[in-house]
Formats: sequence, C-alpha cells, structure tokens
Amino acid sequence: MTLPELLVLFLAFFEIGLFTFGGGYAMIPMIEEAVLRHGWLANTSFSLVDFIAVSESTPGPFAVNIATFIGMTEAGIPGAILATVGVVLPSFIVILLIARFFRAFSGHPIVKAVLSGIRPVVVGILFTVMLSLTVKALFHSPLWPLAWSDFDWKALVIFAVIFGLSRLNKKIGPIILILFSAGLGILLYGLV
Amino acid sequence: MKNPPSIGAPDNKVRLSTLFGVFAKIGAFTFGGGYAMIALISKESVEKRKWLNESEFLDLIAIAESTPGPIAVNSATYLGYKLRGFWGSFFATLGVVLPSFVVIVILSYFLEAFRHLTWVGYAFQGIAAGVAVLIINAALKLFKSVPKNWLSFVLIVFGFILAVTDLIPTPLVILSGGILGFLIHLSSRRKSGESL
Repeated sequence: MTLPELLVLFLAFFEIGLFTFGGGYAMIPMIEEAVLRHGWLANTSFSLVDFIAVSESTPGPFAVNIATFIGMTEAGIPGAILATVGVVLPSFIVILLIARFFRAFSGHPIVKAVLSGIRPVVVGILFTVMLSLTVKALFHSPLWPLAWSDFDWKALVIFAVIFGLSRLNKKIGPIILILFSAGLGILLYGLV
Repeated sequence: MKNPPSIGAPDNKVRLSTLFGVFAKIGAFTFGGGYAMIALISKESVEKRKWLNESEFLDLIAIAESTPGPIAVNSATYLGYKLRGFWGSFFATLGVVLPSFVVIVILSYFLEAFRHLTWVGYAFQGIAAGVAVLIINAALKLFKSVPKNWLSFVLIVFGFILAVTDLIPTPLVILSGGILGFLIHLSSRRKSGESL
C-alpha cells in the first residue's frame, strides 16, 4: 500500500471513531459504508460479516478489533497500527479536553447539580443494560420480541452457577468468573 | 507527599506501569462490548484500588457514554488523565488497546482455522451468561451509591424507561438527566430565596 492509501485508511477510521456514539456496535453501518467506498476486503475470501463475527469473539473493544482487522488485511502491520490509532484518537482527544474541564470545574455548584441529575439516570440506563444482556444471554434474542421457545436452559444453568459463586465469595474476581463461565459454556454446549 | 491525595487531583502514587497493567488486563478480558467492561473497571478502580468512589464512577460512565468512540477507550483515557495527567491517559489507553491489537494481528494469519473452531462459540455463549451476572452485580452496587430519595428514584425510572424503549439515543438520555438536575437545582435555589 502506498503512503496516500495508508493515510486514507487512517482518516477513514478517524472519521468512524469521531462520529460514533454509544459503543462499538454503533460503528457497523459506518464501517460498512467505508469498506464499500474504499473497496476494502476485495482481495480476501472473507466478508465483513466474518470480520464482525471474529471481532465479537475476541477480547477487547469491538471498534479496536475491527479496525485492527481491516487495517491488517489491507496493509499489514502498518495498516493495523494506522487504522487502530485512527479509531482511538478522536476519543482520546475529546476525553482529554473533557477531563481537563472536569478537573477545573467539578466543584462548581452548577456542575454538581448537573451531575446529581445524571447519576441516577445512568443507574437507570445500567438497569436497561443489565436486563438486555441477561435476556440476550438466556434467549439469544433482543429484549423485544421475546419468545419462550428461544429459552436456553443451559445458559440459565451457567447464569445461576456464576451468580451463586459471585454472591457466595465476593473475593472471586470478575476475570476468574469470566474464565469459569467460558469453561462451563464449552462443557455444557460441547459435551452435554 | 505530605498531604493525602484529594479527589480530583492527580495522585502521583499510581504508577504509569500500574495504569498500563490494569487496563491491559481489562482489555484482555473484556468480551461482548463495552458494557461488559463496566463491571471489570468498577471492580479494579472502585473496589480494589479505590481510585474512584461510586459517584465518580457513575460520572465516568456518563462521560464515556456521551462522547464518541468505544466506552472502554473513553474510560481508560478519562481515568488515566484523572490519576496521572496526560501520560496517565496515554498509558491507560495503550493498555486497553494493546491486547486486542496483538490478538487480532496474530489471528489474522489463522482466520480460516479460527472461524471453524466450534468450541470458541460455545465458550462465548457461556461468557455471555457470566457477563450478565457481572453487570447485574455492578449495577446493583452503583444503585446503592445513589442517594435514597424520591427524586433519584424518579430519575432512575426516567433513565430506565427512555433506555429500555430506545426512544432517544443514550447520550441524549444522559443530557436530559443533566438538564433535570440543573432545573431541580434552580428551583430549590428559588425556594430558599437565593440567587444563582
């Protein structure tokens, strides 16, 4: 890949990083559009759907995974680095500015008042997240529409075991619980 | 250091290598989107290391959610800056990104084989159930940190309903919480006869 092409790769992911709110999955339509516009992934036997599936089943932020992936496929390690830096840089700059502002004004009564309204609302949003992740785990479907025929008892067993463990001994860290649930998944879905 | 670090001031005791290490761990073990990461970050930064209290953690989520980019990256940059300024944010962000980067670069050579590993899919179905538990525990803990009065109860229900019905995008839900907080502040000021 030539230098201008690498620059295009960087700028495309910078744009994607700058204009997606609310996490990595919101990026998929913009990534699709960029892949079409720039003719990426034309020389591989894999489609964007494969890339999305792999990015979902590897650790780390989805946005970073998919950027690294496309960059790597298009231009090797330099491409992977530029695409990843591109997708991360807008967040980095915006958050630095906000954190600076926050440090200067966090004691101001208006900022305090605004935050006192935001905190309970965030708790409400987290309740929604908690509900939709639970439904997704147990039914493999979104919150709505919900069908009992989709109910997965194996997922419920894993859910119950992990819940019990986390309540029984609060010292068990989240990483151990994640590894344990992965093991239970392989055991229940693969062997039972 | 004679004075204990105050909240909001850079704490020089947190080493850059610690920040990098903690976020590399978080990056390496987050599956299934940024929300899964909330549980891990709260465990590490609130419970284990006391870098933040619960209210500050809710502020962190609000900021990470209402700014562009991945939640994980936003949280790392913010927390890194809060603890150690620019280089703190640099190393925390590098930490959260690096494990994914390395895994994907290696995987891209074995993509064909990886795609056909059925047990990877099974493991991920298991992880989905485990992550749901982690989020439930984290959300309940954060719920306990909110002041118990009818006003915060109303705001929680407000946030829940707007988010669950997906009526407006999440950053706008957070923004409206902020506006309500400001209006409540104004009206209580007016009641007590003070000017702003």
